Amino acid sequence: MSNNNAAATMKKGLPAQKAALLGAKTTKAAAKKKDEEEGVDNGDGWDDWSHGKALIKPPDQLELTETELNEKITRILTTNNPHAPQNIVHYSFKERSYKPTSVVDQMAVLFVLEGSLLHQDCDEARRLRAKGDLPKETATVETGTEPDEEKPDTLVRALATPVEDGGEVDEAGEEDRPDSVASKADMEPKATNPFNFSERASQTLNNPLRERSCQTEPPPRSIFAATANQWEIYDAYVEELQKQEKNKEKQKAAASKKDTDKSKKKTMLMETQNDDITKVRKSAKILERMVHQNIFDDIAQDFKYFEDASDAFRGQEGTLLPLWKFQYDKAKGLSVTALCWNKKYQDLFAVGMGSYDFSKQGRGMLLHYTLKNSAFPEYIYPTDSGVLCLDIHEQHSYLVAVGFYDGCVAVYSLKKKGLEPVYKSTAKTGKHTDPVWQVRWQRDDMDNNHNFYSVSSDGRVVSWTLVKNELVFTDIIRLNGAVSEVPEGAQQPGITCGTSFDFHKQIDYLFLVGTEDGLIHKCSKTYSSQFLETYEAHSMAVDAIKWNHFHPKVFISCSPDWTVKIWDHTINTPMFTFDLNAAVGDVAWAPYSSTVFAAVTTDGTVHVFDLNVNKYEAICQQSVVAKKTKLTHIEFNPIYPIITVGDDRGHVSSLKLSPNLRKKPKGKKGQVQPKGPEVEVAKMEELLSLLREPEQSTA
Amino acid sequence: MAETEHAGVEETLKRIEAQKGVIGTIVVNAEGIPIRTTLDNSTTIQYAKLFRLLTMKARSTVRDIDPQNDLTFLRVRSKKHEILVAPEHDFLLIVIQNPCE
Repeated sequence: MSNNNAAATMKKGLPAQKAALLGAKTTKAAAKKKDEEEGVDNGDGWDDWSHGKALIKPPDQLELTETELNEKITRILTTNNPHAPQNIVHYSFKERSYKPTSVVDQMAVLFVLEGSLLHQDCDEARRLRAKGDLPKETATVETGTEPDEEKPDTLVRALATPVEDGGEVDEAGEEDRPDSVASKADMEPKATNPFNFSERASQTLNNPLRERSCQTEPPPRSIFAATANQWEIYDAYVEELQKQEKNKEKQKAAASKKDTDKSKKKTMLMETQNDDITKVRKSAKILERMVHQNIFDDIAQDFKYFEDASDAFRGQEGTLLPLWKFQYDKAKGLSVTALCWNKKYQDLFAVGMGSYDFSKQGRGMLLHYTLKNSAFPEYIYPTDSGVLCLDIHEQHSYLVAVGFYDGCVAVYSLKKKGLEPVYKSTAKTGKHTDPVWQVRWQRDDMDNNHNFYSVSSDGRVVSWTLVKNELVFTDIIRLNGAVSEVPEGAQQPGITCGTSFDFHKQIDYLFLVGTEDGLIHKCSKTYSSQFLETYEAHSMAVDAIKWNHFHPKVFISCSPDWTVKIWDHTINTPMFTFDLNAAVGDVAWAPYSSTVFAAVTTDGTVHVFDLNVNKYEAICQQSVVAKKTKLTHIEFNPIYPIITVGDDRGHVSSLKLSPNLRKKPKGKKGQVQPKGPEVEVAKMEELLSLLREPEQSTA
Repeated sequence: MAETEHAGVEETLKRIEAQKGVIGTIVVNAEGIPIRTTLDNSTTIQYAKLFRLLTMKARSTVRDIDPQNDLTFLRVRSKKHEILVAPEHDFLLIVIQNPCE
């Protein structure tokens, strides 16, 4: 400080010196300074002062030039508050904007002390006096002095009552005062002490709390649970794939898109409306079969597994085990007129119902049964006229050709829904004029059209071709006009009625026709006027002719003249003749053997023959139906060892062949059993050769 | 067409009911509600609920082993009777039969 002072004076050192030199009387201080200066001048060995004339500057002294030093700087004192804000704005609603406040308060309050001195003439003092709170002058003075010691608090000015626990500072003073005050209580009301801090609290009424809650309806919840299984993932993929395919299709067919959408919409509506039973159609069918299986469980087991062990003790004879019986209520009164097994579905067979009675002609039926359900047919087609014959196509097993009593032929398709045949012949399209006794499907012709043959009592063998929607017929042979070589030279007069026919298994054009006269004609499809050969077979109509499944030369025929005959078509006379004591309704070769065949008679008996075992007698003769029921047809199942037999009451019985009836030729011990059709052929050939030898010997 | 189908199904169900040993049949729709039954209400509801669960489990089992496979029918044989269940299109057909022994 002293240095600075010295420096300051040094600045003005020259003028000061000048002043001193001018002889002005200096004070002691000045003299001291002078002395110091002089001392400096004299150089009393102060290093610092050695550079006496040089100015002493503090290290951070601002460096300024002479001119700058001499520059006069004006300093103005204003009353502006440097801390006051200069840009206060207020929002003006009138102009809807912020406006700067023009005048800003420049006053800075540094210290506020509120006093409680009252001028004795002011309103408040007069008021207090009136109340009587204000003590006399002395007291006022005292109260005036009191506040000095008290905290200056501006909270409470006038008090109604004096506060007793005021500041502790003037306790002593207060002790005196209350006494003095108390004595003057009557005279003067106690002066309130407005300066004592007092806190006064009051509690407002607490509003009673009321709880008011509101509950909304909870959102509906549903529990969702799912499992992630392999198949769920698979299904998701499949669905995705289908969607992609649909998209592709949509892209391709834009025009038809609308139609498909509409139709889809329609089907969707249908589905949502039907909350019903048609959806379980297939299941119902399966269940019906299951129930049936349960009921006929023992029969099903027999069918599958039972082999009659007693056959071993019975020698060569066999038996027929009755299995299911098939009947249909609405077919009462009709007799079974035709039977045919389905080649593709071997448990399905077709039954034609009609009547053989000339006088009782009425309606007919075409039924399909399955072994799995004997209670009710699978397919039912009612017909106007009695069905006399039917055949199921080998490859297309949904096509059934039917011949009627009124001479019509029709083709039913099982695939189509509806009860009408797909094709039907009419008078214009060449229907027969007499009952059709036999129909047979043939191989498709060169145009790949299906075709079948029919034979009828009107003497015509007709070929029907299914061309698009029509049935085109072609007469193959007219049995009336044909001239056959009869040894006596007499021509066949009039019309001969064909009653049965059969086509050769291997040779396509060769077929046999049986007539009402009992003759069998061997014919060719290509020759329409002449027979290849004629056999005098029976004395009554030939009811059935069947080629052997294995041997190409052998066929069998039966007739109501009680006989069954087996022929070799190269020889004019029968190989075997069997007399069955009753009119024979039908005969059939077994599909598993060339020497086994079965025949049914009107006395309700089934005769089974095995030529390999017994050339003269049946190895099984069994009555399978009630008395007075005539058996009309018989058919072997292609793969199962069962036969179906139809009777004239409309019932079809199924029977299982016992092992003896299904014998295969035993080979020598140690030899490998040869199997196949060749064996069968050889078997038959053996038999025939035995027969031929005696013939040749006699002839 | 739908009518004849409907009639056909009805006929089939009636034939089943007429068979020997059949105690009752129940048809359950996709939501588990029995729509046709020959038994009393409480029994029907019980059967419907329980067999629906069982069928779903059985189907899940079959498909889990091979997703391309599916359940065709289910037979539950008990001491007293045999219950045949055929699922189709989320519908369920239940037949209770007393197999003639």
